Amino acid sequence: MPEKNRSLEPKVEEFKSAKEGNIPRSIEEFTPEEWARLKEVGIEPDASREGEFFQADARVVHCRSIPEGLELLPVTEALEKYDWLSDYWWKSVSADKDEYTKATAEDLDDGYFIRVLPGYRLVYPVQTCLYIRTPGVVQKVHNIVIVEEGAELNLITACTTHPGVRSSFHIGVSEFYVKRNAKLTFTMIHNWADETHVRPRTGVIVEEGGTYISTYVTLHQVATIQTMPDCRLVGPGAKATFGSVVAAPKGSYLDLGARVSLEAPETRAEIISRSVSYGGESLARGHLIGKAPEVKAHLECQGLMLSDEGAIKAIPQLDAYYSNVEMSHEAAVGKVAQEEIEYLMARGLSEEEATSLIVQGFLNVRIEGLPEELQKRIDKAIELAREGL
Amino acid sequence: MVKEPLLEIQDLWVEVEGKEVLKGVSLTIPKGETHALFGRNGSGKTTLLMTIMGFPTYKVRHGKIIFKGEDITHLPPFERARRGIGIMFQRPPTIRGVKLREMLKLCAKENGIKIEELAREFGFEGFLERDVNRGFSGGELKKSELLQLLIQDPDLVLLDEPESGVDMENIQVVGRMIRKLLQKDTHRPRTKSGLIITHTGFILQFVPADLGYVMMDGTIYCQGNPQEIFEGIQKHGYEECVSCLKRIEA
Repeated sequence: MPEKNRSLEPKVEEFKSAKEGNIPRSIEEFTPEEWARLKEVGIEPDASREGEFFQADARVVHCRSIPEGLELLPVTEALEKYDWLSDYWWKSVSADKDEYTKATAEDLDDGYFIRVLPGYRLVYPVQTCLYIRTPGVVQKVHNIVIVEEGAELNLITACTTHPGVRSSFHIGVSEFYVKRNAKLTFTMIHNWADETHVRPRTGVIVEEGGTYISTYVTLHQVATIQTMPDCRLVGPGAKATFGSVVAAPKGSYLDLGARVSLEAPETRAEIISRSVSYGGESLARGHLIGKAPEVKAHLECQGLMLSDEGAIKAIPQLDAYYSNVEMSHEAAVGKVAQEEIEYLMARGLSEEEATSLIVQGFLNVRIEGLPEELQKRIDKAIELAREGL
Repeated sequence: MVKEPLLEIQDLWVEVEGKEVLKGVSLTIPKGETHALFGRNGSGKTTLLMTIMGFPTYKVRHGKIIFKGEDITHLPPFERARRGIGIMFQRPPTIRGVKLREMLKLCAKENGIKIEELAREFGFEGFLERDVNRGFSGGELKKSELLQLLIQDPDLVLLDEPESGVDMENIQVVGRMIRKLLQKDTHRPRTKSGLIITHTGFILQFVPADLGYVMMDGTIYCQGNPQEIFEGIQKHGYEECVSCLKRIEA
């Protein structure tokens, strides 16, 4: 465990309320520098989308849903509109989990509500963006996503800060409900400021035959991120994949993982983590719990150390409670192979170019079932980050 | 007419991990010529190629490598590649997550060579979207290497046993690729040169060489008509070949 110090354990009370932020009424009023920053995480005003949600500090500045079958609302509105939402509110994440969930339960700064009606398979992604615009604020959001029976949703969340923001704090509670034979692909691309703390608190419940695919990408300096989504596969044949693509520059402390509880027969889970440290610290956790017979689960952590500063720690855990389960893990940490660098140098690449290409390749993990557009976005993020390596 | 030298190696002494491997190698490859290097395993053939490419494990203790009139003895590999030297690896590593197409684009820099067209010419277009060398068979590795070289378009090509691990079906394609690389099918004066290590001599059926060398214990013992040298080795083995030449020298 890291030595406890203030910088690794942000305190909610040390930040200003996100409600104090002076936010324009519409995204059209954002400055060109802001747009440049938003573009880095893939926010393009004219892209093909089924829906868009944009929250700056505590204010929802843009919310639009196009197709039939998709409901997209600020979560505060959804709570007023639907009584039944209480069946989902704090049901996969406990409000008492820790000080951050408690703070969010006490004083909410909105969030998104997304529901895809039964049988609707959305072609284009739904884009959400949680944006911190004012220095020194804590943004506490609570998101609910419900993909009803037989429906499909590709959700991309991009999170970033205003170019003028360094210190800030983001707490994001997300509850995802994937119903029978539904599919949710959730891709999160983060690009926070160097003194930002991030505490996602995620719960996922997947029913019979449902699929949940999560990909988390963070490639730029950030103060701390700590997250360990809890995913329960409660119906037979449910599947979950968690992929993370992580770079830890100097000054970053990243503690990322996932816990999947396989609670029904023939459920499947996979956790894949790729992390690169160039001076920062990256912890890759994975915890797979086989609570039913005939489950299959695999965990893979691979790390690349690019300097003698920083650290990579792979912490896999497997728990089995039945004899006929198939659970495995593999973890490897190393440096860039000299042989590969020399090979590329013989083709005319300088040592730096060769190293950055190898790192890019290493991070280029293919998540099975990930839609092409999402994969492209991840590739783009890695390519952009490579230029900064 | 004396041909313009492309590569000149002068009294080269090379150490690998503290062990002296090359002990005074000298040779000259003129522009447009292909030379073949014969020798037993461990005689220093691969070390010579690796040293010409400039890999840091191969430490030059004495002597010079001159390429296009410039002393390149202490340049890093990528500087040599950019000046026009290319090497085919015997056991190339896998570059995970990097597609062959992407690698070829980097090899090409801005020389305008059409990747798609070349790949199709040698039946290799199906590999462009695969990770570089990942899960490739022996023959596929050679084709991947040669395709990279064709795109890179070097003036001097270093080939380390291009026929090893290639089945009969693929050797024809590998031969064709090397012929193209060394402009063997052109009627105009050749500008490309090559240095080929061959253990079996088999590749010379496809790619004729202008001059052959026998390397033993880190030095070049003999040079001459590559076909004759190879036949001599086949008939009498390396010892005979060497003693014969020693007699001539005496």
